[in-house]
Amino acid sequence: MTKVTMTVNGRQVSGEVEDRTLLVQFIRDKLGLTGTHVGCDTSQCGTCVVHMDGRSIKSCSTLAVQAAGSEILTIEGLARDGELHPVQAAFKAHHGLQCGFCTPGMVMTAVDMINRYGGALDEKTVRENLEGNICRCTGYHNIVKAILAAAAEMGAGRQAAE
Amino acid sequence: MGVEGIGARVARKEDKRFLTGKGRYTDDMVVPGMKYAAFVRSPHAHAKIKSIDVSAAERMPGVIAVLNGKQMLDDGIGNLICGWMIHSKDGSPMKMGAWRPIAHETVRYVGDAVAVVVADSVGEARDAAEQVVVDYEELPAVTDAATALTAGQPQLHPEAAGNLIYDWAIGTSEAETDAAIAAAAHVTEMTILNNRLAPNPMEPRAALGVYDSAEDHYTCYTTSQNPHVARLVMSAFYNVAPENKLRVIAPDVGGGFGSKIFIYPEEIVCLWASRRAGVPVKWTSDRTEAFLTDAHGRDHRSTVKMAFDKDNRITALKVDTIANFGAYMSLFSSSVPTYLYATLLSGQYAIPAIHANVRAVYTNTTPVDAYRGAGRPEATYLLERTIETAARELGVSPAELRRKNFIRSFPYQTPVIMNYDAGNYEASLEASMKQADWAGFAARKAEAEKRGKKRGIGMSCYIEACGIAPSAAVGSLGAGVGLWESAEVRVNAVGTIEVLTGSHSHGQGHETTFAQLVADRFGVPIDSVSVVHGDTDKVQMGMGTYGSRSGAVGMSAIVKALDKVEAKAKKIAAHLMEADESDIVIENGEAKVAGTDKTVPWFQVALAAYTAHNLPGGMEPGLKEGAFYDPTNFTFPAGCYICEVEIDPETGKTDIIQFVAADDFGNIINPMIVEGQVHGGIAQGIGQALLEGVHYDAQSGQLLTASYMDYAMPRADDLPSFQVSHQNTPCPGNPLGIKGCGEAGAIGSPPALINAITDAIGNNDLSMPATPQKVWAAIHAAH
Repeated sequence: MTKVTMTVNGRQVSGEVEDRTLLVQFIRDKLGLTGTHVGCDTSQCGTCVVHMDGRSIKSCSTLAVQAAGSEILTIEGLARDGELHPVQAAFKAHHGLQCGFCTPGMVMTAVDMINRYGGALDEKTVRENLEGNICRCTGYHNIVKAILAAAAEMGAGRQAAE
Repeated sequence: MGVEGIGARVARKEDKRFLTGKGRYTDDMVVPGMKYAAFVRSPHAHAKIKSIDVSAAERMPGVIAVLNGKQMLDDGIGNLICGWMIHSKDGSPMKMGAWRPIAHETVRYVGDAVAVVVADSVGEARDAAEQVVVDYEELPAVTDAATALTAGQPQLHPEAAGNLIYDWAIGTSEAETDAAIAAAAHVTEMTILNNRLAPNPMEPRAALGVYDSAEDHYTCYTTSQNPHVARLVMSAFYNVAPENKLRVIAPDVGGGFGSKIFIYPEEIVCLWASRRAGVPVKWTSDRTEAFLTDAHGRDHRSTVKMAFDKDNRITALKVDTIANFGAYMSLFSSSVPTYLYATLLSGQYAIPAIHANVRAVYTNTTPVDAYRGAGRPEATYLLERTIETAARELGVSPAELRRKNFIRSFPYQTPVIMNYDAGNYEASLEASMKQADWAGFAARKAEAEKRGKKRGIGMSCYIEACGIAPSAAVGSLGAGVGLWESAEVRVNAVGTIEVLTGSHSHGQGHETTFAQLVADRFGVPIDSVSVVHGDTDKVQMGMGTYGSRSGAVGMSAIVKALDKVEAKAKKIAAHLMEADESDIVIENGEAKVAGTDKTVPWFQVALAAYTAHNLPGGMEPGLKEGAFYDPTNFTFPAGCYICEVEIDPETGKTDIIQFVAADDFGNIINPMIVEGQVHGGIAQGIGQALLEGVHYDAQSGQLLTASYMDYAMPRADDLPSFQVSHQNTPCPGNPLGIKGCGEAGAIGSPPALINAITDAIGNNDLSMPATPQKVWAAIHAAH
């Protein structure tokens, strides 16, 4: 067993983990943050996506010990002061979720995508960047719409701030 | 309709918890003392179990118990059953072989459970499962259904000679159909394969069994589309516990698509193991286990003859289908290629003679059962590929051939049981052709040719039967259950409302649409309405969600309960305002005396019902009513889908340029949610046509597509955005005029896509999935 310490959603947390413990197991089982899901075990489906030091990663193929000392953001930490993040709000407005199981990973991937591309996102780019996230309910149609809408809104927000 | 009533695009009430990570799925559940199960599964497709040695496993760290199938048998746990009786043509009942939750004598597919380990952690349970030593005597295996019917093949069950479960027929007599075909001016003949699919809801199946020894009571948290059916079956047939000692909770469920209808071995084992081991036991499937053990869908091989007279009217249809059932008969498997498939073989067309024969066959593969559409995609694919081929052979336009044969007056009795109540097939055809700019296709094709690309267009006109189903009718056809739905509307003392429903939402948005019904009825905000479902302790009974039934059947039950609540509320309001009951209207959150300015707020009506200080003489206190709704007929959603593709002849890769869906779903409660259902259905249909397919090694019976690295799930960049519209004719059979929308996309889309690809490449000989390799080969075979 190894003791790991990391910051999760702004809070410093520690725990004893086996060498083989995955980051997603640490988040779900040790921290009780069950918004991050496991859908495939082979890093294909993306239901486990969280941010590590500001970049989206698949927590099912990251060991907990690899995350030691890092800053982790999970879906539970995205909304601030009870207000949905613009990506979360766009998913709701555009019906970008049905069963909700892929949703946390989709949202975390989308936030990272918008951070990387800013206002330069178009439908083709969004679809290519969703390669690592599988949704079985929506046919992606409304997810793509939601991400484009959120990107536009966040881009407009950034411009207004400049 | 109001901003939140029927017909409004209301954003979903349930979204916030899913978007913030607060959804509660079965694997998220934690109870004190909970331990974890891991299954030991057969690595062989067919073998005798000679012995099981658990001694090493029992010594592994953290292990609490290692349990086997013999113990389960000794404890009286029953066989898994198929709940729909089908009789063969000769009158004999279907041949159901024994399916034990944990095999102790014979394993019949790769993944069949042979033991279960309960341990302190998932990792320890899996480590110990690796140490269970099973001595197998391997037997030859067969995975293809047509092969399994031939002489000299491995025999799966002693009950089913020749692996034949049933040999069933429906419709016009074979002789009459053959005579019509013999007299035809033209006959189109095809062999049609419908590929086997893995449903793949993103949430893997899971179960948590909690046994309370003090109360001798069991609780099962499980990923179910129909928790009440799960309780009924586990209690009445599997002998897990009496119904009053078994609570089944299906919390948030991450998609189902049919695969979570069935009651699987794992939830039974978790309950039983919880009592045996004295601890709560949780099992969560990994994705490979899901591929191995979630019931698969489709897997039909059919031959078809479609006969035409000299005016191109269809005179007869003859179909012979072999359906692969896998190693065991899953819960509703028998109904899929019979009453959910062959009864839809008239499609949208007036066909005077239809004869269909279906043989159901055991093979050494995962059990097959209902998957989104369940039988109707197979019927639609067969018909729409055949009529498209006929149009090509006859040299007429595919739209004209369909138009000429459309059913145009209703009700219409088909030769295969169904009585269509309403529809307007021409309207969907016209709308989709206009939307797709069918007339401009030739120019687009010419332009693509200049770029070296092959462009094609294809259509599909589908019909399905939803809103299953009238209980007496399905009972007469062999169903072991009634297919009504229940609802209860509870108005609280302060006027807020709870709707309890036997339907189950696993993505369909019931918490919103069902609340819209109530908002529409009383003019109260939807935030004052809560929808309760998925718990057998809260909702008395229900039949669950599948077959696009929650709108047509589930909401009809709510309407009936609302009628009763409204009637009582009006009596109370009339008494409070000293008015005549017939003059009371309830709207905008208040009861009014029509034509006056007298009003009582809704909450005061509710409060009066519960204070009971001033009620009409003889009236019981309270404002709560329940209802059961049994449908009078199936509903018949229909539509026309058009797909346009462009193919790179160098690689065989297909790009979908546009996909148009024009559907008739009857009345719609929330268009945003309905469109979402269509999008998702189309994506699954495109998946079937272009990407997905379960493959077994024919010799060893090993599943070759058991992960997302081997099974091609549709991803965002495989799909276009969709163009969706509605041309609705209200359903006359239920109070809301709803037909259902959950499966249409998966039913209508595969033939449209394959018709488009075969149009593009000029070779009609192409099976699903149309992978680049197959398309490339078909292009080269055509030249």
